[in-house]
Amino acid sequence: MKRTFLTTSVAVLALGITAACGSDSGSGDAKSASGPIKVWLSNNPEEIAWGKAMVKEWNAENSDQKVTAQEIPAGKTSEEVIGAAITAGNAPCLVFNTSPAAVPQFEKQGGLVPLDEFKDGKSYVEERSGEQAEQYQSPDGKFYQIPWKQNPVMIFYNKDMFKQAGLDPENPPLKTYDEFLATSKKLVDSNAAPAAIQPSPTSEFFQSWFDFYPLYAAESGGKQTIEDGKATFADQAGKDVWNFWAQMYKDGYTPQEKYDGDAFADKKSAMAVVGPWAIAVYKGKVNWGAVPVPTKEGMDASEVHTFSDAKNIGLYSACENQKTAWEVLKFATSEDQDNKLLETSGQMPIRTDLATTYADYFASHPDYKAFADQASRTVEVPNVPNSVEIWQEIRDNFSSAVIFAKTSVDESIKAAASKADELANQS
Amino acid sequence: MFAAPYALFLALVFAYPLGLAVWISFHDYFFAAPGAQVDRPFVGLENYRAVLGDPDVQRAFFNVAVFLVINVPLTVVLSLVLATGLNSVTRARTFLRLSYYVPYVTASVALVGVWLFLFSSGGLVNEVLGPLAPSPSWLVNSKLAMPVIALFVTWKQMGFFILLYLAALQGVSRELYDAAAVDGANRFRSFMNVTVPGVRTATALVVILATITGANLFTEPYLLTNGGGPDGASASPVFVMYQKGIEQGNPDTASAIGVILVLLVLAISLVNRKLLERD
Repeated sequence: MKRTFLTTSVAVLALGITAACGSDSGSGDAKSASGPIKVWLSNNPEEIAWGKAMVKEWNAENSDQKVTAQEIPAGKTSEEVIGAAITAGNAPCLVFNTSPAAVPQFEKQGGLVPLDEFKDGKSYVEERSGEQAEQYQSPDGKFYQIPWKQNPVMIFYNKDMFKQAGLDPENPPLKTYDEFLATSKKLVDSNAAPAAIQPSPTSEFFQSWFDFYPLYAAESGGKQTIEDGKATFADQAGKDVWNFWAQMYKDGYTPQEKYDGDAFADKKSAMAVVGPWAIAVYKGKVNWGAVPVPTKEGMDASEVHTFSDAKNIGLYSACENQKTAWEVLKFATSEDQDNKLLETSGQMPIRTDLATTYADYFASHPDYKAFADQASRTVEVPNVPNSVEIWQEIRDNFSSAVIFAKTSVDESIKAAASKADELANQS
Repeated sequence: MFAAPYALFLALVFAYPLGLAVWISFHDYFFAAPGAQVDRPFVGLENYRAVLGDPDVQRAFFNVAVFLVINVPLTVVLSLVLATGLNSVTRARTFLRLSYYVPYVTASVALVGVWLFLFSSGGLVNEVLGPLAPSPSWLVNSKLAMPVIALFVTWKQMGFFILLYLAALQGVSRELYDAAAVDGANRFRSFMNVTVPGVRTATALVVILATITGANLFTEPYLLTNGGGPDGASASPVFVMYQKGIEQGNPDTASAIGVILVLLVLAISLVNRKLLERD
């Protein structure tokens, strides 16, 4: 028996090792092939509604190139599910929820098709998104994603709580760090709100996109955390942002513990860091107002940059009918479909002249105007190797120095930048 | 021959992934699409050097050691005491046994919700403690987060270990208790001199199983302390493996952590077995 067990085990081990060593097989010429394709949609109700309507429209005109849409299969994050699908070779043709931070990893896995390989690929992306497209270019100069839509991050505040704290709810003093701190003090000291603002203090790599990064984008005048392969964020702007948040945590205006639920909707927090999606979410629940994120000395709203919180569309290499996929991609990002996306979800298509192209929409939905204006000044996560690992380094150091005050801001930001330099220059 | 299906199952489900993990840990490896041509060169011990020199990994191993030091003895003592008590109970026996077993078969996610209700800043425990509540609160206190997790896991797993002890207690001869009573032993002496030695084999099993499951700690730091928080104080090696292997796309370094963990657990289990099963 022992011998049987040993023999079987060795055989299976050998099989595993052989499989691991084996070379991968290539696929046929899918670029010029047309036919049915599958697409994945994000799992929020608005995007599903838009996606299904879009697919229905396409299918009505293209019965020989039928599109089948489904929600991204359940998983902790979409990126993990997509990564696993790439490895398994069963990724769909298009994913309408590709995180820019995950693109370098998917690209390294050989999971994405560079759109430049289509005759009109590069020109289409650049014409649609203008200068903003540059942020989505990979280091090799190619587009492995189409910049699709963004949720420029701003500060939402509860007007009723501000009023209760004796603050002007129509012109809240939230422009400078000093004003923001003083306002937070008033809110908490007056018991108008248990917390002034409550960004998630947890350690997931992406949490810095909703505390550190929007403020850094603003304070630095639109810098990404890594530019030309070098970390930028250990500069004075970065230190100022970290010190600002450190003060917020130290003074107890921002809790160190995550609130299980929506702190803003549940009136546990007077402010929130959100995108335009929040307008529909808080409608009828909170009497809200919106302002740009603060800067150290204060800036005019028309100059403030912020984090884009964009989600893009990727065309995946497992797709057998890539020509159809490319045509569907263009159809789904056409002016007409972008209008429908805006109307259904309130999320901002990444295209030039957003406010003028959809002037009617913004005239009838004035709440979205500020976000549309902000959409022209957004900063994306840098498209560099090891993107997720770099963001985890930033988060860990931020957590240590800012949220829990275990280390000094200067040392931690320097350590994060040094590690980011190292990681960004690896393959 | 009858054992062949199980042997095959073991080979497929345990030996193959383990062998693959060892292979990956010696290569510059990442997951790639089936059609992609990728280079996965042999890198010797480079991945091991990287993880052993990584402060986050070192901390995760330290954290899990703290967890095991609290969880394993607590599991053994409480399971044995409760099993002994349950063994002598005649009324509501099934109800009590079921009560201890329910947390074990309940999804961790649901139980974590209950513990968050108890141990969060505004939770029931702090409400009861009032001014005696710790600051920072339990789950964001770097000194208390891991002990709370250890307590949670002890409570959750206890039903299973009580069951093991209950089975073992059926094998302890009634005559030994009678003899101890004749010699004038009270209940405590009888427990220490008859019950504890009588279930020593079960204790070895409980210690080994608790060590193995404890070393694989993941769900609790992931959910209860929101990703190994505060500031990495409850990050476990398996949680760091998840971050590196799945989130960051570095299965090579994640595998190296996994192999180190397997070796450490194996060594601890062998030592436990030697100590607890000796005559």
